[in-house]
Amino acid sequence: MGFFRALFQPKRTSAQVAKERLKIVLAHERASNRAPDFLPTLQKELLAVVGRYVEISEDGIRVTLGASGGTSTLEINIEIEGGKVKKGGPSGSALSPAV
Amino acid sequence: MAKVIVVTSGKGGVGKTTTSAAFAAGLALRGHKTVVIDFDVGLRNLDLVMGCERRVVFDFINVINGDANLNQALIKDKRHDNLFIFPTSQTRDKNALKREGVERVMEELKQQFEYIICDSPAGIEHGAITALYFADSAIIVTNPEVSSVRDSDRIIGILASKSRRAERNEPAVDVHLLLTRYDPVRVAKGEMLAVDDVKEILSIPLLGVIPESESVLRASNTGTPVVFDEESPAGRAYLDAVARFLGEQREMRFVTPQRRSFFRALFGRV
Ligand SMILES: Nc1ncnc2c1ncn2[C@@H]1O[C@H](COP(=O)(O)OP(=O)(O)OP(=O)(O)O)[C@@H](O)[C@H]1O
Ligand SMILES: [Mg+2]
Repeated sequence: MGFFRALFQPKRTSAQVAKERLKIVLAHERASNRAPDFLPTLQKELLAVVGRYVEISEDGIRVTLGASGGTSTLEINIEIEGGKVKKGGPSGSALSPAV
Repeated sequence: MAKVIVVTSGKGGVGKTTTSAAFAAGLALRGHKTVVIDFDVGLRNLDLVMGCERRVVFDFINVINGDANLNQALIKDKRHDNLFIFPTSQTRDKNALKREGVERVMEELKQQFEYIICDSPAGIEHGAITALYFADSAIIVTNPEVSSVRDSDRIIGILASKSRRAERNEPAVDVHLLLTRYDPVRVAKGEMLAVDDVKEILSIPLLGVIPESESVLRASNTGTPVVFDEESPAGRAYLDAVARFLGEQREMRFVTPQRRSFFRALFGRV
């Protein structure tokens, strides 16, 4: 495999590697630097509220502010742990809702 | 109307002071009354690069604190009537640059000068933020190297959110990319980010490309802004950048490997 790769894929120069790495890291940093101050708090509060109904973990939630076309969007992605839905409605025990 | 230009980068040692000195001298050569201010409190160096270190009596902090007036602290350049240097203090008190004081001094400078060049310290702390706060334009000094490009992106973001123009919802600070210490030979070998790569990543307009050049060290050794060295490719490139800043069209030079002329090779000047 290494031989064929060397034969058909010209080796990327270190400058090309640098460019790719920069593009990826900056895309990430720009999104987080531009995020308004309330995002972390919103994320915590959502975690608390949603956590009363379904099993979610601290890092199972992603809140991003974006824009597409002329409209701004608030995108909330929550992963439910093992698809578990809590029985009997809100319990509020597992995750401290007092944020 | 006077214009405030900050020379900034985030990362240290990329060529801000070299650029501030060259740009200020270049603007003066073009007939504009210009002052260059050292914002690097505690690490005064602009005086050395400008060759006026023995003439410093009062400094920026003295004027901010009211211990001296502006005209006592400003140093007139010996080479050009339009050029003035405003040295900083060697105090270790980083908070000596009080924003109200700086604002008062800036307003006073605007009465006397067409261009006010602010040589920012490295980093994103108080000194760097104060240096960029009053800016109308920014020159982002970047080396073709990953950490410098990343830090430039960071400082561009800070200009867009923390400058006075941003705080007041005024038209944004206009930012310019100045790529320095560029080595076209290494770029051609794929060992160094090319100018187009950096432009694409940072997506701000390109003001100029300054080649890596031995003449820059020679210039700082003698305390002469590099634009005064007629032989220096870096000096020529800085003058081109000044001309572009003033609205002229100039082709980019020194971006492709040069064949060394017989004469050059013989005398070994780069
Ligand atoms: N185009 C160039 N070619 C060669 N050397 C250069 C070039 N530009 C700058 N240098 C050298 O790089 C070093 C750092 O330059 P300079 O002091 O201008 O950087 P700086 O960004 O002001 O640093 P600091 O962050 O410490 O204030 C100096 O030794 C200078 O001579
Ligand atoms: Mg400096």
